[in-house]
Amino acid sequence: MRALVSSVYLFLYAPIALVVLFSFNAGRNASEFTGFSAAWYGKALSNTFLVSALQNSLMIAFTSATLAAVFGTMAALGMERLGPRMRAFFDALFAAAIVVPGVVIGIATLVALVAVFSFVNPALAMIWPGDHPPQLGLGYGSIIAAHGLFSMALVAMIVKARIASLGRDIVEASSDLYATPLTTFRLIVLPQILPSILAGFLLAFTFSFDDFIIAFFVAGSKTTLPIYVFASIRRGVTPEINAIATLVLVASLLLILTARVLMRETKSKSGE
Amino acid sequence: MTSDSNDIEFRSVAKRYGSVTAVSDISLGVPKGAFVALLGPSGCGKTTCLRMIGGFEQPSAGMVYIGGQPMNGVPAYRRPVNMVFQQYALFPHLDVEQNVAYGLKQMRPRIAAAEISRRAREALEMVRLAGFGKRRIHEMSGGQQQRVALARAIVNKPKVLLLDEPLAALDKKLRTAMQIELQSLQRELGITFMLVTHDQEEALSMSDLVCVMNAGRVVQIGPPQEIYDRPANLFVADFVGKTNRIAATIEPGANAVRLANGVGLAKPARANGTAGAAMVAFRPESISLVRDDTATLHGTVTHRIFLGSSVEYSVEVDGLGDFLVTADRRSLDESDLAEPGERIGLRFDPNAMHVFPA
Ligand SMILES: Nc1ncnc2c1ncn2[C@@H]1O[C@H](COP(=O)(O)OP(=O)(O)OP(=O)(O)O)[C@@H](O)[C@H]1O
Ligand SMILES: [Mg+2]
Repeated sequence: MRALVSSVYLFLYAPIALVVLFSFNAGRNASEFTGFSAAWYGKALSNTFLVSALQNSLMIAFTSATLAAVFGTMAALGMERLGPRMRAFFDALFAAAIVVPGVVIGIATLVALVAVFSFVNPALAMIWPGDHPPQLGLGYGSIIAAHGLFSMALVAMIVKARIASLGRDIVEASSDLYATPLTTFRLIVLPQILPSILAGFLLAFTFSFDDFIIAFFVAGSKTTLPIYVFASIRRGVTPEINAIATLVLVASLLLILTARVLMRETKSKSGE
Repeated sequence: MTSDSNDIEFRSVAKRYGSVTAVSDISLGVPKGAFVALLGPSGCGKTTCLRMIGGFEQPSAGMVYIGGQPMNGVPAYRRPVNMVFQQYALFPHLDVEQNVAYGLKQMRPRIAAAEISRRAREALEMVRLAGFGKRRIHEMSGGQQQRVALARAIVNKPKVLLLDEPLAALDKKLRTAMQIELQSLQRELGITFMLVTHDQEEALSMSDLVCVMNAGRVVQIGPPQEIYDRPANLFVADFVGKTNRIAATIEPGANAVRLANGVGLAKPARANGTAGAAMVAFRPESISLVRDDTATLHGTVTHRIFLGSSVEYSVEVDGLGDFLVTADRRSLDESDLAEPGERIGLRFDPNAMHVFPA
């Protein structure tokens, strides 16, 4: 049993450990370690294609995570007011959004967007006064939309759990003490759900930053970091790729750890 | 017509949740400055009544008045009442003084910050928590949190203070101390207090007015002594204090009650009730144990519980079953307690007997 568990962990983490190790390889062969060097990090960061892909990824992750945090929180708050049956229904919808495979979300979003474009673009062309009507197409917007929608469900689930643990008592106590619903939200609810919103934001950011599948479907001609990595692997795995992977790994781990700490904090605070 | 001397008035108030009727057709008035206890078994609608006064629920039918003003449709934050919640409901992210000052800060026109903190500290002093203002809520013990909740409510000088089983979570000693504190606080402030409890001792000892509820209705409302001495029905007699109940018949024409074992008793003057089946109730302390021939009933002592100032006996009465008898120590010779197994006589004043229709 112990051997089984060890081998599972080995299969899981050994490749990752190798990637990290080889990112520090001095030589350029990906299967032979010839000595420590940080040269590949320098090389990666001076690669303009890579840096612009990284910038795209950061911008997309930030925007989609912000949208997800705002709308996910609103959804979680709104669901508080639903009857038990409607709430169960929306709960199920959110849970479904999280378990639907990325491929399906990717294809579905692509099909939906293309359908919308084929409808909207001619209409725009008709009503546009100038010569060059704007053309809606795949690109940053579609990646942000796809990521934002998915992570909104994530944020809603996290924030909803926090709201549920607040209890209606303190909200009622606040309104008993002459606070209008808006003041109650500002002074009582928001300060207490803020860490969970932040946690949701970080998870959404990480998800978007790491996502390849959905972005691959809806990116059009744009490149995100994972798409760039995928494309350059076709030209062979270099330690430069390993360096990028290591950077992404470290950044993701940091973000997720922060999110976990935030969620743990809200839990222990409400557990009194 | 609502009387101006009533701080709270219910007129034909009902509350339904779907098919569940929590409160049905309650009418009652609570005079200004009274300490009223809502007493009743679990699920009888006490909390629901309180929440309708606080504004957290709207009645399905009828009207609720506070200080003579109709309150239907008025949200909680515009009502001149404050509530002490059972689980305290303190704001965990604010410190003690910020909790207490919360209501004052929401008042319009605004109160100056210096005045707010002066009044918050004054309220903390009143509940004997001076100097605790900067503590976090989770650094306070249960009893202290209870007092913060109390200070947070009274600092606003509401017309009515609502308390939903505020002492239920405290241990017995702390509870007794808080009961006394609450009572003196109420006298000091002159605010109407409405206390929900299902502890009858608490209700009797603290309030000027007890409102006994059962199954969504008010069964009896009156001063504690009246509730205890003249229960309106068998439910009140059973719920408030201990009783021995005996099946009986009211003899037609005759002014007598015949117990199930055939013993006849004179019917007390104030007991009405038509001939036929009835229930008779005795308080345990209205019965005395005797060894002479003045006894009305006879039985065998089965248990004796020594309570210090009094002794409680369980007596198996011939033909009637178990009786509870409380004997005051002063009326007994200490060396002369009845022993379990002893044959004993029971004597009581027929006027202490309550007769209810069966
Ligand atoms: N929100 C609600 N939805 C449905 N039923 C409710 C709701 N609140 C209360 N009830 C029902 O109304 C009845 C009265 O409830 P209430 O809370 O007023 O009782 P209570 O006298 O305060 O009891 P306890 O002593 O246990 O606190 C109960 O049968 C309860 O199940
Ligand atoms: Mg209750």
